[in-house]
Amino acid sequence: MYTKSAAVYVAGVGVVSAIGNNAKSCLQSLENGEAGIGPITLLNTIHKNNLPVAEVKLGNDELAAQTGLSPNASRTALLSMLAANEAWQDAGISNAGHLRTGFISANSVGGMDKTENFFAAFLKDNKSGRLKDVVNHECGAVTELVADGLGIKNYVSTISTACSSSANSIFFGARMIKHGMLDVVVAGGADALTKFTLNGFNTLQILDKEWCMPFDENRRGLNLGEGAGYIVLVSEKVAAGISNKLYCKLSGYANANDAHHQTASSPEGAGSYAAMKGALALSGLQTKDISYINLHGTGTFNNDISEGTAIRRLFNPPYPKMSSTKAFTGHTLGASGGIEAVFSALAIKQGIIYPNLRLQTPMQALPFVPERIFQKNVAVDHVLSNSFGFGGNCSSLIFSKL
Amino acid sequence: MMDLKRQIVEQLNLQHIKPEEIGDDQPLFVEGLGLDSIDALELIVLLQQQYNIKLNNAEDGPKVFQSVRTMADYIKSHQA
Amino acid sequence: MKTFIRATGNISPQRTFGKGALLQDPVIQTGNQLRCTEPDYLKYIDAKFIRRMSRIIKMGTAAAMECLQESGTAAGFTNPDAIVMGTAYGCLDDTGIFLKKMVEQNEEMLTPTAFIQSTHNTIAAQIALLLQCHNYNNTFVHRGFSFESALLDAIMLLEENAAKTVLAGAADEITAYSHAILSRFGLYKRETDSNNLALYQFFSKGTIAGEGAAFFLLSNEHSEQDYATLDALHTFYKPAGIEEAEQQVKNFLLAQSISVEEIDLIILGNNNIEKEDAVYFALSNSLFKNTTCVNYKFLCGEYPTSTAFALWMAINIIKEGSVPAVLGKPTPPKIKRVLIYNHYQNIHHSLMLVGAC
Repeated sequence: MYTKSAAVYVAGVGVVSAIGNNAKSCLQSLENGEAGIGPITLLNTIHKNNLPVAEVKLGNDELAAQTGLSPNASRTALLSMLAANEAWQDAGISNAGHLRTGFISANSVGGMDKTENFFAAFLKDNKSGRLKDVVNHECGAVTELVADGLGIKNYVSTISTACSSSANSIFFGARMIKHGMLDVVVAGGADALTKFTLNGFNTLQILDKEWCMPFDENRRGLNLGEGAGYIVLVSEKVAAGISNKLYCKLSGYANANDAHHQTASSPEGAGSYAAMKGALALSGLQTKDISYINLHGTGTFNNDISEGTAIRRLFNPPYPKMSSTKAFTGHTLGASGGIEAVFSALAIKQGIIYPNLRLQTPMQALPFVPERIFQKNVAVDHVLSNSFGFGGNCSSLIFSKL
Repeated sequence: MMDLKRQIVEQLNLQHIKPEEIGDDQPLFVEGLGLDSIDALELIVLLQQQYNIKLNNAEDGPKVFQSVRTMADYIKSHQA
Repeated sequence: MKTFIRATGNISPQRTFGKGALLQDPVIQTGNQLRCTEPDYLKYIDAKFIRRMSRIIKMGTAAAMECLQESGTAAGFTNPDAIVMGTAYGCLDDTGIFLKKMVEQNEEMLTPTAFIQSTHNTIAAQIALLLQCHNYNNTFVHRGFSFESALLDAIMLLEENAAKTVLAGAADEITAYSHAILSRFGLYKRETDSNNLALYQFFSKGTIAGEGAAFFLLSNEHSEQDYATLDALHTFYKPAGIEEAEQQVKNFLLAQSISVEEIDLIILGNNNIEKEDAVYFALSNSLFKNTTCVNYKFLCGEYPTSTAFALWMAINIIKEGSVPAVLGKPTPPKIKRVLIYNHYQNIHHSLMLVGAC
């Protein structure tokens, strides 16, 4: 009944992170080599002076003013709304009322920033604590605040698969378009810094007490970040009407499971290998066609060797250019796939390659070295973006020039 | 060491094992009890909580947690 | 392409796990929560894995294993080509444990286990780990659409031929903390002296909390042991009113080119909450008035992924060819087509059409 779409296009992008409150300012920071990492200011935690994080440089009041949501809303919803709205405006799809539009979002802990405050009072007396603080605790409730704000209701859903969450929401949205169920999808994810996550990651001893150094031989761990990233996906039919606004195509995607350990990746990177291979197979591309890999590159000992090994196994020399932008933005968990999808689309549209900051000693075990300088006027035809999460959840997306 | 075995069983939720079944010199990691990296982190907290000992260098972990006996020796030599 | 439901496993407040007559001996509980009737997990999960599993992970894993075992032969079963599931609340118990320790110990001496077990995709991940299944794995966490999104993902995978079999399911649990908090929102009955079988005797402002874990093995290839086919799935979000909801139901049937007369049984997610459930009464008195309608939430309670229980019930009724006595309606002349209509808090509405093979 509905026509299926053979291809899916990116028509708009929106992002907020520690390095900028929108796409333009993020790009500026990426070009200037300015990371957004610094001391904790937003959370009241004992780790305040020990653990660097990458905070978005807007308080909740400012976010509320810019998004129209309540300043008492979960910061996850505020960040999500800011970026999703930017993407939606960027796509500038007129006549949207006649198009079947979906919102597929992702986050890892929903409205936990408010819940953790509720809990202190609740634990003392289960009749205390403000209910307003937990009404939007659920991952899906945060999504709905934004869907309602954008006026999207044909299809609304949320994915949570740890650090691969928003990569998964992006290609789920794309598949709904391919199956002819939707014409337009705003897809991506968001996550705000919370004491819950900060302490959780701290117990795993994978946080860097200094600024992280992804893919460096002497890397020490990751820095947590926060933010949101969304892309607007459209069907061929919709794309035909807005061809001058398109960024690129989403030409490949895949998800595979490492099935090795709850949090650690397998040494040979089985899940990552399968995800990258699967995305390539779907896109019909060869490894040599990939211009740039946006690495998952968290800076942990385990991820970087596992991901690096998988790339070594899959690709042949000459290796594509690659870098981890988490050296700029920190690890934004549920938002990382979305934020990095935005960076990937921009790389293709603008012909740029991002640097891997603070790389001093390349990893000895790997036959390639990430890029260390920002490059402009480069032909970036196909970008592979990796997002690998706890529970062995590995996803890869491939974006291609038009 | 029996107390330590009881604490280990409780901390790691080893429901199917009785403390007395753990050998003093039985390897705790990989083979033997088959514990993994998450368990190592739990044991580090156990040392802190029960014995007020902070394992400053996580890399010492494998040596210290090799067996119940090595753990007990470490505790004895580091207790104030 | 048709979506065949080949096998299932269901842990619920009823005696639904393992072989047994369908809902013959209903579980009756007084109060405003229905907790699951749980099996001996050691029969389904190795002790080495169980220690890393909280209650909901055990429930989900055991239901999944029961489903897979049913799908296989005496020699064993093959791993599904994908694992997808939905959970609205995720792993609440561990979330609560970690929060409690974080608050009470002032962020000191915290341990990783509760944190890593609290992530929403842990259930699906643990199943994959147990099976050493390296295939597609996804978890949806969207309130009353969590299970439906997982089903949609599964159907798309089968249509794409990216998978020949998909293990699709859902799980949600009640914990002491969650029940205390959700109660404060007025979701549940205040009268604690009545039992679940009496849910429809009079209107109440609240309902009974429920929980459960159910899995299904879906396939795009027919097999001798199939229960039923999942012919259609549709969800709609925040309908403007009863009229819009009714129109959505009508459009759904139209899209499948069937009339309501061709539906043999309708399973409704009625909680008997006066205003919120008005749509069920409106439909029962109009479009559905000549079709046998039964309720299911008195058996499993209310929770965001309860439609998994309804689907389990539908496929079993089709397989048995009869309506269990506890549902209080006689078996219609034939049971070839079953419609499930449910909404969660009048926000998430879902329709499923299930058919005999």
